[in-house]
Amino acid sequence: MKDLYPGLEFGKATRDAYGEALRDLGRDHPEIVVLDADLAKSTKSATFGEAFPDRFFNVGIQEANLVGMAGGMASCGKVPFISSFAAFVILKGYDQLRMAVSYPKLNVKVVGSHGGISIGEDGASQQSVEDVALACALPDFVVCVPSDEHQMRAVVKAAFEHNGPVYIRSGRPKAPLIYDATPDFAFGRAAKLREGSDLTIIANGLLVASALVAAERLARDGIEARVIDMACVKPLDEDAVRAAAEETGAIVVAEEHLVHGGLGARVAQAVCTSQPVPIEFVGLDDTYAESGDPAALMRKYGLTWKEVEAAARRVVSRRAGAAR
Amino acid sequence: MLHEAASGHPGGSLSAVEIVTALYFGGVLRHDPENPEWPDRDRFVLSKGHGVPVQYAALAMAGYFPIDELSTLRKIDSRLQGHPVLGTAPGIEASTGSLGQGLSIGLGMALAARLDANDYRVFVLLGDGECQEGQVWEAAMAAGHHRPDNLIAIVDYNKFQLDGATADIIGLEPLAAKWESMGWKTREIDGHDMRQVLDALQWSMSAGEPACIIAHTVKGKGVSFMEGENAYHGVAPSDDELARALGELDGEDPEEQHAHALGSDHVLEEAEKSIDAESQANGKGGAR
Repeated sequence: MKDLYPGLEFGKATRDAYGEALRDLGRDHPEIVVLDADLAKSTKSATFGEAFPDRFFNVGIQEANLVGMAGGMASCGKVPFISSFAAFVILKGYDQLRMAVSYPKLNVKVVGSHGGISIGEDGASQQSVEDVALACALPDFVVCVPSDEHQMRAVVKAAFEHNGPVYIRSGRPKAPLIYDATPDFAFGRAAKLREGSDLTIIANGLLVASALVAAERLARDGIEARVIDMACVKPLDEDAVRAAAEETGAIVVAEEHLVHGGLGARVAQAVCTSQPVPIEFVGLDDTYAESGDPAALMRKYGLTWKEVEAAARRVVSRRAGAAR
Repeated sequence: MLHEAASGHPGGSLSAVEIVTALYFGGVLRHDPENPEWPDRDRFVLSKGHGVPVQYAALAMAGYFPIDELSTLRKIDSRLQGHPVLGTAPGIEASTGSLGQGLSIGLGMALAARLDANDYRVFVLLGDGECQEGQVWEAAMAAGHHRPDNLIAIVDYNKFQLDGATADIIGLEPLAAKWESMGWKTREIDGHDMRQVLDALQWSMSAGEPACIIAHTVKGKGVSFMEGENAYHGVAPSDDELARALGELDGEDPEEQHAHALGSDHVLEEAEKSIDAESQANGKGGAR
């Protein structure tokens, strides 16, 4: 994976940071309970379970029951964090997320690990390419896709402090470092990582690193890209999107997800209701992926800095065409 | 209520009348209509959410909201949604209506009580057709593992579901053996015999393990033309049917004195008498 992010240092996987952040929060907050569905060693919720076994429930391979139990616990004052692979907790627990969490607005935090296709060799059944779209479709849910270990820690803390349902996607591989310490973070507020006036690249997850690499390459040709880390997909920082449209006039959205229904769709909605400008999308185009080395998958399915750079050049040229 | 709403599920509401009456008025649920959010209250989760008219009637009778409000069921701006919604009508403990989910929610509540060293109890009423849902057995298996002694499942075994007889669609038998195999203490009763219902609920609270009451019932019980007639699964009574049904439930015809109408003095008196004795005997029960 290192070849995909030239010039960037690597930190821990966001799933590792999740387990540690949860354990740290658990020390001061006895109301936190953690549930997993037989993937605790993979999602890293086991890090909490080892520290607080009395507040940790491994429900076995029962995603529907996992979500329902969490709803019951939340209605009795607990703050449940529930984990499984993103593909399982969202898809197999979806009706339960609707009935036992979203509809009654209960204080449940859902953390789906192994998001995207960078999980690699296990293949498409374990990869999650539609979780963000589905989570965003649940009313009252906050939806976040952190880019690195530091941001994950900030997101977990914000999720605990927020009274309501939250979905967080974590990733399997070690992630390039975007921040050097836990950043300031609030739901609905984007982080501007790089200033630029020619276009804006809005990304989350691993694609934030790709965006930064692409921006460096573009700068060699005099194209200055603003880069925004939009970890919080919902609520979207519409002010940041509007400013990007007004001030840079062209937008690329990049995410490790289907291009429909995720960050790209939400950014497009915000743009077309404020300041319409050309947008290009980097993501999976109506397809599942397959087994393979994570880096090979990211290349084959077009989720590297190269695709982001190409999209940037396309969108800048579209804007120039529109101006003529 | 259903006539007024011109829609709803009379059959599965009537089959659960004695069960719900016993819970609210038989000294079983420790609850406080003046304080629905009382943290130590017992919880009642209606997993078969389509039966909510019987729960709304009981909640109104208990004083959670005005009886007049029952006529707003299923109408715009009403707190009485067509299926239960947490945070709308006081006394509703979970949002249900997508079948199969209430036992998981109840298990979560029961384990939360254990974590807090609280002794509140959680009663979950399931439909029989609902037991075809896989999630019911996920929750049953998980409860068998965690063994909360404050979790009680009641199956309203009225033998029918929307499309017909459960035995013809996906048979449930042997139902008691299924629950027992998952680690539940199980008892089968006549769900229309108030004495048996009350006895079973008292038994379930001291079972020391998750307890399941399989209540054999009749869909549409108490209304002669609805009893066992599955056409009334999800169809509200017409003007004429309403008049006949209320006549029967009020005991207009001495042959038809079922005394199953909620609030029937006969049922309530019976319940109060038997429970007074039992709650004194075991030192718990009764409204707060």
